[in-house]
Amino acid sequence: MGNKVVIIGKLWRLMLPIALALLSGCGERASVPELPARADVKRGRQLAEQVGCGSCHRIPGIPSANGQVGPPLEGLAERAYIAGILPNHFDTLAAWIAEPQRFAPNSAMPNLGLSEDQARDIAAYLYSQGRRNIQTGEEF
Amino acid sequence: MIVKRNAHTGNRMSCGLGSLLSCVMASTARAQNEQTVFEPVSDHAEGIVWLWWAMFWVGAVIFLAVMLLLAVGLWRARRPNSGLGESASRNLVIAAGVAIPLVILLTLVGGSLMLGRSIAADPPPNVMRVRVTGWMWWWQVDYLDQDGKVIASTANEIHVPVGRPVEVQLISADVIHSFWVPQLHGKTDVMPGQLNSTWFTAEKAGVYRGQCAEFCGVQHALMAFLVIAEAETDFRRWLERQAAPAEMPENPRARFGLEVFLDRGCASCHTVRGTDAQGNIGPDLTHLASRRTLAAVTIPNTRGHLGGWISDPHSVKEGVFMPRTLLEPEELTALTVYLETLE
Repeated sequence: MGNKVVIIGKLWRLMLPIALALLSGCGERASVPELPARADVKRGRQLAEQVGCGSCHRIPGIPSANGQVGPPLEGLAERAYIAGILPNHFDTLAAWIAEPQRFAPNSAMPNLGLSEDQARDIAAYLYSQGRRNIQTGEEF
Repeated sequence: MIVKRNAHTGNRMSCGLGSLLSCVMASTARAQNEQTVFEPVSDHAEGIVWLWWAMFWVGAVIFLAVMLLLAVGLWRARRPNSGLGESASRNLVIAAGVAIPLVILLTLVGGSLMLGRSIAADPPPNVMRVRVTGWMWWWQVDYLDQDGKVIASTANEIHVPVGRPVEVQLISADVIHSFWVPQLHGKTDVMPGQLNSTWFTAEKAGVYRGQCAEFCGVQHALMAFLVIAEAETDFRRWLERQAAPAEMPENPRARFGLEVFLDRGCASCHTVRGTDAQGNIGPDLTHLASRRTLAAVTIPNTRGHLGGWISDPHSVKEGVFMPRTLLEPEELTALTVYLETLE
């Protein structure tokens, strides 16, 4: 009896790091990039709705956003490229939203006159779309 | 401001049978700029909501009285030989089944007729006239002078001066619609081939949402408009601006946008006064940029929405008669820049 406990205890000690490593991977997909602290997901959602992203894009979490002019933005965080030309990093996405013509002069996506912060908020929302706020765990 | 339904849905969801009253009360305290009959801003709308509450309370009292009688009946029925005598039964039926309902119904009918009469009365002589034409699925708004000549045309937005009576002459260009601004007046049908009219005086400045109240096709639910009541001076300034033709844009990109507008089909349906665009089956766009919304209060009037709306109106408002425009990206950009100059 006592032996068994010791053996289980030893095994557990061996398995603990592995178990922890597995657990830490749970609940978030490895490819979801981290959001910078400065961006506000909630504000990003409101902005996306107001400035009109949804008239061209389908965006989860915004019911009125079902445009088919541009690509749907579901799972944007997992995509490799933005607009087929930019590697998908948070900063690149924010820069693209702020001024598409800087990267693709002939893009039909308009320059909406957003500030850098506003573009970052929208990017943050798109990265966390339809799920929970990655930072606070709140639903929005 | 546009389609904020969350608070409203929340109210509705919390409505159980037992909390009907509190639900009705709660819905009277809704956010600004939503459609409601409970916050009237004209005499007509006040009369209507007064009658509504009167009917509600009378109905509530009758309901409670009937339930009480039922409970008493059930209670008494447990005892043998508990029925009322013949004459008492007859009296009860005559009183509660005929006399009281007759009095109540006649009173309510009388109230309705009196209210209807006061609403249908001719407007006072200093009335301002606006002609509103219902189209599937938007509203053409023409301001008329004393002789009935059109001063200015716009769409989906009716500005009125606070405190001045406004007569709205209604006609339909296609099917039957109904014109309704719950905070200002009762529904008035909009018929093809027949001029109907209604009038109201907005007593308080504000933005009041209205919508079509007669099912008229696939986008009936997105056939809304705004009534903007403002001070007389602001209104005059607005009307003067709306009456003026569009200015020729200075900016070369906007000029290119105007060319796009004229050459790529927009002008076949839309008018921009002061240009060759004289189409008359879509909204007048002479001062499009001054409007708050697009597509009959479906989306806010911002560059992003405007671009999406022009590129593919159907994903915003399925079934709308405006076709997709497959413009080159630079044409689309120039066109939105041009449209934004139409203030």
